[in-house]
Amino acid sequence: MARPSAGGSWRLDRLIPQIVVSPGFLAILLFVYGFILWTGYVSMTKSRMLPKYDFAGLIQYERLFQMDRWNVAINNLFVFGVLFILVSIVIGCLLAVLLDQKIRAEGFIRTVYLYPMAISFIITGTAWKWIMNPSLGLETVVRSWGWESFSFGWTVDQDLAVYALVMAAVWQSSGFVMALFLSALRSVDQDIIKAASLDGATPFRIYTRIILPSMRPVFMSAVVILSHLAIKSFDLVVALTGGGPGYASTLPANFMYEMTFRRNEIGVGAASAMVMLATVAAIMVPYLYSELRGQKHD
Amino acid sequence: MKSLKFALMGAVVMLASAAHAEPKAEVLHYWTSGGEAKALKELQKAFNARGGKWVDAPVAGGGGDAQAAVLRARVLSGDPPAAVQIKGPNIKEWAEAGALGDLSEVASAQGWDDVLPEAIKDIVKYEGKYVAVPVNVHRVDWIWANPAVLAKVGAKVPTTWDEFNETAEKLKAAGIIPLAHGGQPWQDATVFETVVLGVGGIDFYRKALVELDEEALGSETMVKVFDQMRKIRGFVDPDFPGRDWNLATGMVMRGEAAMQIMGDWAKGEFVAAGKKPGVDYICAPTPSAGGYLLNSDSFAMFNVSGDDNEAGQAILAELILGEEFQETFNLFKGSVPARIGVKRDNFDECAIRSMDDMVSSAKNGTLLGSMAHEIAQAGAVRGAFIDVATAHFNSDMSSEDAASKLVDAIRLAK
Repeated sequence: MARPSAGGSWRLDRLIPQIVVSPGFLAILLFVYGFILWTGYVSMTKSRMLPKYDFAGLIQYERLFQMDRWNVAINNLFVFGVLFILVSIVIGCLLAVLLDQKIRAEGFIRTVYLYPMAISFIITGTAWKWIMNPSLGLETVVRSWGWESFSFGWTVDQDLAVYALVMAAVWQSSGFVMALFLSALRSVDQDIIKAASLDGATPFRIYTRIILPSMRPVFMSAVVILSHLAIKSFDLVVALTGGGPGYASTLPANFMYEMTFRRNEIGVGAASAMVMLATVAAIMVPYLYSELRGQKHD
Repeated sequence: MKSLKFALMGAVVMLASAAHAEPKAEVLHYWTSGGEAKALKELQKAFNARGGKWVDAPVAGGGGDAQAAVLRARVLSGDPPAAVQIKGPNIKEWAEAGALGDLSEVASAQGWDDVLPEAIKDIVKYEGKYVAVPVNVHRVDWIWANPAVLAKVGAKVPTTWDEFNETAEKLKAAGIIPLAHGGQPWQDATVFETVVLGVGGIDFYRKALVELDEEALGSETMVKVFDQMRKIRGFVDPDFPGRDWNLATGMVMRGEAAMQIMGDWAKGEFVAAGKKPGVDYICAPTPSAGGYLLNSDSFAMFNVSGDDNEAGQAILAELILGEEFQETFNLFKGSVPARIGVKRDNFDECAIRSMDDMVSSAKNGTLLGSMAHEIAQAGAVRGAFIDVATAHFNSDMSSEDAASKLVDAIRLAK
C-alpha cells in the first residue's frame, strides 16, 4: 500500500476514509452482528409472544427438533437446495457454452435468458402457480388438445410440491448462472485455446480440458450465491405452493416466519433462525477461508 | 417499506399529540377491504360525532400477521395504540403481559354483563375485568349448499355425518363434487373442528380442543374424527390444495360442487353475487348435536396515558358495544352482533338463524370457541392443531397415527 509522505495534511487524508466509512461500519456492527447475538440469546430463553430475557438453555432447540414441521422444512431445504444448485449450474453452464459458439443475435438471446432474474420470486411463483395448477394451466391445456391422460399436478401432490419449487427456482436463476459462466468463458486466455486447436484438439476437448477447469472460481461463486438463495427462499414458497399441500413444501425461512410472527413462538423462531445461520456459515466459512488463504499465497 | 410505515405512523402520532384535550383514540386494525372497511368507517363516524378524534392506523394484510408485528414493536417501544383489533386468547396473553387497560367502568355503566353471552365474556375478560370489546360473532360450523345441485340426487342438507357421507357418495356417483374445499391449512382445520364437534359432541370438543385433555386428544373418538376426515378427503376434488375459500364458494354458486363447510363470511360471496338465501343457497349448521362454534373479533384496549386518550377509549368502548353500531357494523360485515337484543329487522335469514342459535346455545352452555379461528386456543397450540389436521388431510397418514401425533404436537406447543 502506498503511504502518503509525511506532511501537515496526511493525517486528515488518512482519517477521511475512516470517518466516512465508520457510521456504516457501526450500523452493520449493531444491526447485523448485534442482532445476530440478540437472536442467539433469545433462542435460549422461554420467549413466547414478547421477548423475555431469562436464560433457559437449549430448550427451544429441543422443542424445535421435535417438531414435525421443522423436520419437513429441513428435509425440503436439503432436497430443494441440492437440486436447485445442481440443475441451475448444469443448465446455466450448458447455455453459456452454447451461447459461446459465436451465434447470431447473441445479445438478444442472452437478454432473454437473463431476464427471469429481473423478476421477483413472488411473480415467478404466481406465474408458475397458474401454469402448474391442474385445473387452470398446463394440464388442462394439454388435455384440451386431446391427450386426456396427461397429468401435471406437482403443486397439489405433497410428494412432488418441493420439486415444483425447484422447477420455478431453476427457471429463475439459471439465466443468471449462464451470465456468470459466459463472462468467465470470455475471459479465458485466447492464446491457450488457439495453441490447443493448433495442436489438433477438438472443441469438446478444449472445453472439458482447458476452459471449464479454469473456471473453478466461478463455480465456487455460483455455488455460494445459489446456496444463499436456496436457504433464504421464502417468497417463492409463499407464492407458489403456500407451503402446502399441508406443510409438505415448507422451507426453514417459512417456518421461522410462521413461528415468530403468527404463533407467538419467538423462542422457537429464533432457534430456527440460528440453525439457518449455522447452515449458511457451514458453507461460507470454508469458502471464505479458502479464498482468503488463496490470496495470501498469490 | 416497513420503515416507511413506521415513519408514517410516527408522524401520525406526533400530529395527534399536537391537538389536545379532546377525546381521541388511535385504532390499529387490519380491516382494510370492502365491507370491513365500510363497517369500520361507521364506527369512525359515530366516534367523531361524539367529539372524538379518530386516529386511523390500518395495517394491510388479512389475518393480521403484519399488524401483530407492528403492535409488538409499538408496545415494546412504550407507545401502544389505544385500541387494537385482536381476538381470542391473544387478548389474555397481552393482558398477562400487563399491556391492557381496564374497562370495568364503562362495562358496569353499560351493563355489559347482562348482554354478553358467557363464552364471549370469557374471551374479553381477564381476571374478572373487561380488557377488550367484542365487535361481532361469526359462526364457523356452517354448511353452504346449492339446493338445485342437491335436488339432482334427491338429497337435502345432511344433519348427521353418516347422512353427509351417503349424500356425498350419491353426488359423487352423479359426477358432482360433493364438497367444495380449499386446501389451506386453516381451511382443513375448519372442517376438522366441525367434525370434532359433530362426531365427538360438545363435551368432547371442550375436553379435546379447549382443555387439551391428553386422554381425549388420543382417544378412540379422535380416531373416529380422523376417519371421518379421511372420508371427507374423498369427497373433495383433486385440485383443492392452495385454493382460496372464496373460490370454493364460487364452485358451490356455479353448481360445480354441492356444499362447502365454511364460516358465515362465505355468505358475503353469495350476497355480492346477488343470490337469495333459501333459494339460490342454503345455510345450515354442520351435523352436530346443537353446538355453536363462534369466531369473534374484538378490540383490545391498551394502557394509554393522558385524559384525552382515556376519554377516547371509554367512548370507543361504549360505541362498539352499542346496539346501533353492532347492527350497522354486522350488516356490512355479514356477521351477527356479539351482544344480545339488537334489532333484527334488517338481517337475513341465515343471520337470524345464527342469532337464535347463539342465544339458545348460550343458555344451554353449548357455545364454543372455534379452534381454527384462534378463539379456543392461542397461536402456538392452534398452530399445532392445524399442523396435524392438515398433515393428515393431505397425506395417507392413518387415523391412529394422527391422533398420537396430535397428543405429541399439543404437548410440545403448550
